[in-house]
Amino acid sequence: MSWGGLDTALAQATRGRRLEARRILLLLAGVLILLSAVRVITGAPDLTSSDTYGAALRLGVPILLAGLGGLYAERTGMVNIGLEGMMILGTWFGAWGGWHYGPVWGVVLGIAGGTLGALIHAVATVTFGVNQIVSGVAINILAGGVARFLSVIAFTGHGGGATQSPQVTSELPRLTVPVLAGGKLFGWQSPDVLGWLENRHWFLLSDTSALFRGFMIDLSILTIITVLLVPATFFFLWRTRLGLRMRSGGENPWAAESLGVRVYTMKYLGVLISGALAGLAGAFLVLEGAGIYREGQTGGRGFIGLAAMIFGNWRPSGVGAAAGLFGYAHALDLRSAPAVHALLLFAAISLTLLGAWWLYRRRLTVGISTLVIGGLVFLWFAVTDTVPAQFVYITPYVTTLVVLAFASQRLRMPTYDGIPFRKGEQIT
Amino acid sequence: MSKRYRIRLLWLLVPASAIVLAFAVSSIALLAIGESPISAFRSMFEYGSQQNSLVSMVNRAVPLYVAGLAVAIGFKMNLFNIGVEGQYRIAALLAAAAGAAVTLPAPLHIVFIMLVAMAAGAAWAGIAGVLKVKRGVHEVVSTIMLNSIATGIGAYLLANYLRKPRLPHELIIQTRQIPPSGQLPPLAVIGGENLRSFVLIAAVLGFLVYVLIWRTRFGFDLRASGINPDAARVSGVSPNRMILTTMLISGAVAGLIGMSDLFGFFHAYTLDFPTGLGFDGIAVALVGLNHPVGVAAAAMVFGWVDRAAQILDLEGIPKEVIIITKGVIILSVVVAYEVVRRLVQTQEVKAAAEETRRLEEQKEVVAA
Amino acid sequence: MTEPGPAVELKGITKTFPGVVANDDVNLVVLPAEIHAVVGENGAGKSTLMKILYGMLRPDGGTISVDGRDVRFRSPKDAIAAGIGMVHQHFMLATNLTVLENVVLGSEPAHAGVLDFDGARTRIKELSESYGVPLDPDRLLEDLAVGERQRVEIVKVLYRGAQILILDEPTAVLVPQEVEELFGHLRELKERGVTIIFISHKLDEVLEIADSITVIRDGHTVATVKPHDVTARQLAELMVGSELPTPETRESTVTEEVLLSVRGLGVRIGDRWALEETSFDIHRGEIVGIAGVEGNGQRELVETLMGLRKPDAGDITLADVGVGLWPTRRRREAGLGYIPEDRQGRGLLLPSPLWENAMLGHQTRDPFSKGPWINKGGARRRTEDLIREYNVMTPGPDTSALALSGGNQQKLIVGREMIAEPKVLIAAQPTRGIDVGAQEAVWEQIRAARAAGLALLLISADLEELIGLSDTLYVILRGRLVAKLDPATVTPEELGSYMTGAAEAATA
Repeated sequence: MSWGGLDTALAQATRGRRLEARRILLLLAGVLILLSAVRVITGAPDLTSSDTYGAALRLGVPILLAGLGGLYAERTGMVNIGLEGMMILGTWFGAWGGWHYGPVWGVVLGIAGGTLGALIHAVATVTFGVNQIVSGVAINILAGGVARFLSVIAFTGHGGGATQSPQVTSELPRLTVPVLAGGKLFGWQSPDVLGWLENRHWFLLSDTSALFRGFMIDLSILTIITVLLVPATFFFLWRTRLGLRMRSGGENPWAAESLGVRVYTMKYLGVLISGALAGLAGAFLVLEGAGIYREGQTGGRGFIGLAAMIFGNWRPSGVGAAAGLFGYAHALDLRSAPAVHALLLFAAISLTLLGAWWLYRRRLTVGISTLVIGGLVFLWFAVTDTVPAQFVYITPYVTTLVVLAFASQRLRMPTYDGIPFRKGEQIT
Repeated sequence: MSKRYRIRLLWLLVPASAIVLAFAVSSIALLAIGESPISAFRSMFEYGSQQNSLVSMVNRAVPLYVAGLAVAIGFKMNLFNIGVEGQYRIAALLAAAAGAAVTLPAPLHIVFIMLVAMAAGAAWAGIAGVLKVKRGVHEVVSTIMLNSIATGIGAYLLANYLRKPRLPHELIIQTRQIPPSGQLPPLAVIGGENLRSFVLIAAVLGFLVYVLIWRTRFGFDLRASGINPDAARVSGVSPNRMILTTMLISGAVAGLIGMSDLFGFFHAYTLDFPTGLGFDGIAVALVGLNHPVGVAAAAMVFGWVDRAAQILDLEGIPKEVIIITKGVIILSVVVAYEVVRRLVQTQEVKAAAEETRRLEEQKEVVAA
Repeated sequence: MTEPGPAVELKGITKTFPGVVANDDVNLVVLPAEIHAVVGENGAGKSTLMKILYGMLRPDGGTISVDGRDVRFRSPKDAIAAGIGMVHQHFMLATNLTVLENVVLGSEPAHAGVLDFDGARTRIKELSESYGVPLDPDRLLEDLAVGERQRVEIVKVLYRGAQILILDEPTAVLVPQEVEELFGHLRELKERGVTIIFISHKLDEVLEIADSITVIRDGHTVATVKPHDVTARQLAELMVGSELPTPETRESTVTEEVLLSVRGLGVRIGDRWALEETSFDIHRGEIVGIAGVEGNGQRELVETLMGLRKPDAGDITLADVGVGLWPTRRRREAGLGYIPEDRQGRGLLLPSPLWENAMLGHQTRDPFSKGPWINKGGARRRTEDLIREYNVMTPGPDTSALALSGGNQQKLIVGREMIAEPKVLIAAQPTRGIDVGAQEAVWEQIRAARAAGLALLLISADLEELIGLSDTLYVILRGRLVAKLDPATVTPEELGSYMTGAAEAATA
């Protein structure tokens, strides 16, 4: 074995990673072009408007937070289906804090509420070895009850009630990027370059401008923080000492333990961060969304976050992409029925291309069935005018099931995800 | 033999002490809001021990019990059917619609509706089963997704196809009314409260589940697969067939959760149909140790707490405190069971080791 | 020139588990920079001793000294600090992490919490160069072959500064080429001053690699010898004890009637044949032994015979009926029995009572069931018979299987399979890891069943057991039966050379 060979292998590995990044960018560009084309064909401007992208971002944030929360827990080997409950606690405490002490405290208390739920989960599963699914379900039930009870005692008679809080006014700082998206610069109203481009409705150029503009206007500080959490999470988990130790808890806790890693601590940490992020997601829903706490406000977003985590292959960038996709579907549904319908055409074309690719790779069954499904979707597009709202609602879940069913061999979950770990009791 | 009873007693002690702990935690919550827990619990017990309250307890417990059974069947082979919720909603919707669409003689009509419900529940659960067997998708994830999909599809079907034609002044969205032949008259009226007849069917169902799981070869295979899937496979159990069958049975039972309400109260699927029963079923199954008798007891406790708490509102105490009671019961029970399981296990190993040594010594004495 | 002091010295180590004395006054002296083998049968107490030396267990009595200093280890951490490292038989590695991450985990170089990848890479390269153990730090562990993974384990230990290396059965998982490679690395390490303690029960390997050999039997140290002073035969006698000759069952009970016939059986895993063109017959009253280093296709053979895995080629005939496509249950009902190698993993329902364990695999048959119903009374009575006849030490049929000792669990499984009077029994490692008494009991049962007309396929790593019990002996290597030998004349050494491919190369 020569050491020169090793260096070549190393260089190849780095090049591989760069190639992968290039592939993702290419894919993104392809999606943009296709979307622009569909926009032009169907004449549904909302498909690629900056308002849609902006709404997608806002709607995607809680999903992203929940997904990242799931990621932290599962990377340390802890399944957390209590995310939904932790998010409920986040909404309640966020609203209560925001109502009493202002939005900053709303955020802080929302995070604290979610973390509290996570602490229960961690104590039950890590310390007492209770099944993680069981504990998660129990927390979801408990959180709903606690929120209801607290609402009755805290909100009734103050403009709220058992199922909702008084109005919470949010005053968290917001930002619009100057010059590019028309934000203010020291009181000066700067030009809105991207907005001008978007309004020209030029193929691709306007659509791309809209995408960037959507990510630049009227951003809440929480949105910015959440988006930054994606690279930060990657850096933390894959580049720091603590991150490696946390991941080792999900990859092989017995090996980690034998090397002096405190696996219990790592798992606690993973679950607590998970709850904190879910709590933040709840606070975001209250402070940046409804401006009020309402029972059932989370609407299963904890579960969608879980779906985004799986769909995103237990990686921060993947979770980000999945949250964006789910947010986009939701945004279109809220904003424009014709755009949702136009999305069918987009899906049909994508499926056809995917099917053709698989045929080219000689994966006949998958290729043909994808083509057939693509054809059916096209037929659906051709013979209908609208898509029922319920179908949009189930999109994230169906997408996740399909991905799991057909691409599960490409997914790579942590090896010992969900497997109970007891110090000194090795099971293989 | 007495040792065995002592161990059983230990297992019973767990839920009992969990209930005590839950009331303690609830008392703290009550004290925190300036209410007297003693008077709250006294009025709960007074109200809860009235005849009509006991009937209401049973009525409330029945759907919980069926849900608990559905979950327990899966748990027995380590299948986490988190999807009972979705299965029962799809089943209740389709059964109600089908029941309203046909006219049959009374007993047949009931049987028909139940069969539709079981088929629908089984089919919905079967999706998760097939995904697990054919594509290796974990049932926890797939059933969570399927719950939400069931909500969407159910709403879509109800709004577009299964809905009763609406009169101008009506706002309610519901299926058409099931004719009287498809309704169950109350078993008895006690203290002005109807005791729903479905309790009998539920009791039979529980017995059937017990026989199936603990008395048949199939049940043995199922339990063996739950304890050690590899050993079960080596013994000749086909794991895939087992997963699929168990999922289908669990789903079929889940399909029956809504029947008590459908036959005895709503007579149609409405948007008021109770939700969350699937998740409560998980709780009931856990507290009841996945055994029909235990599940029944747990369902009764939960049903009673629900009913008795109704009085609290009249006393000016938020009745929501009992959701905390229930939550604490669930969490403390699962923690305590885990602790007891370890305890009993080490005890047993120690006891058997001693007994074995004694036997060996005896043999040596005999040989000498 | 004075003799250097010992690198490791264990004096009077004693360790008892409930009911078992695992180590009894064990003494071991390991010199610096030597390869010291510790050999003994399964269950002799080697692993317990090494766990004590590595701080995983605390001894009840005795002293440990490292480099002349008395030490007391509370956990592996203390052992590591004293310069001792251990490579476990079952690797402690995370397959989803890179080599680098696996090596540095727990003692990562970092600046302000941020991992210093370049530093780690350099250090690993240095180590792997200076000790001659090649390793690419950036590969994903999942992509590495078993031998490479073992190198990761070794470098992991070196990275922590260990100068004393314990290797627990390091060759059990390796194919012969990898064993040779490993030995090369071990010699390199020795050259660089590393002391190596090598646990094994494979005598040919020990004789090849070790500088000194300590033999452990029944928890005692029996002798310490030099490899050139002993033959494999003598070493085997030391290991087994002269009072325990292997079972001689020379009066043949083999009949003409073929009960199991395997023709051209093949199993593909990926693009490789894990089992290839395997053909053999087992007659009524015959024991056919399969010898081979673990991982050469034994597992695939057994699983295909039991119907746990679909063959990609070939036929299986059980008592003149083709069963190749039958499911496991149907094969069992037709008279196929199975003693699995991993008794807790594949053979038992640990938390269940013995009577349920006794019906496992026979649940469709009398007296365990009647039609679709379980017959609890019949099952319990049969279990009581089983406990009596097979001498299972237990309070009764309602005890949980997890409360039994390993030997008694094994007796239960053997009894469960035998009492059903199968036509053909597949026994994989039937006496692995059980005490000598239980081992003899199992052999006795096997011999009796053979006399009664059982056809038995015996797969074992214990060469004495294979030679002693078999009527016909095959050697499996890289998925093929490469030799058919007469157990009456073959020696363990010959068998060993066939198993490693040495004899094959010589005859080719």
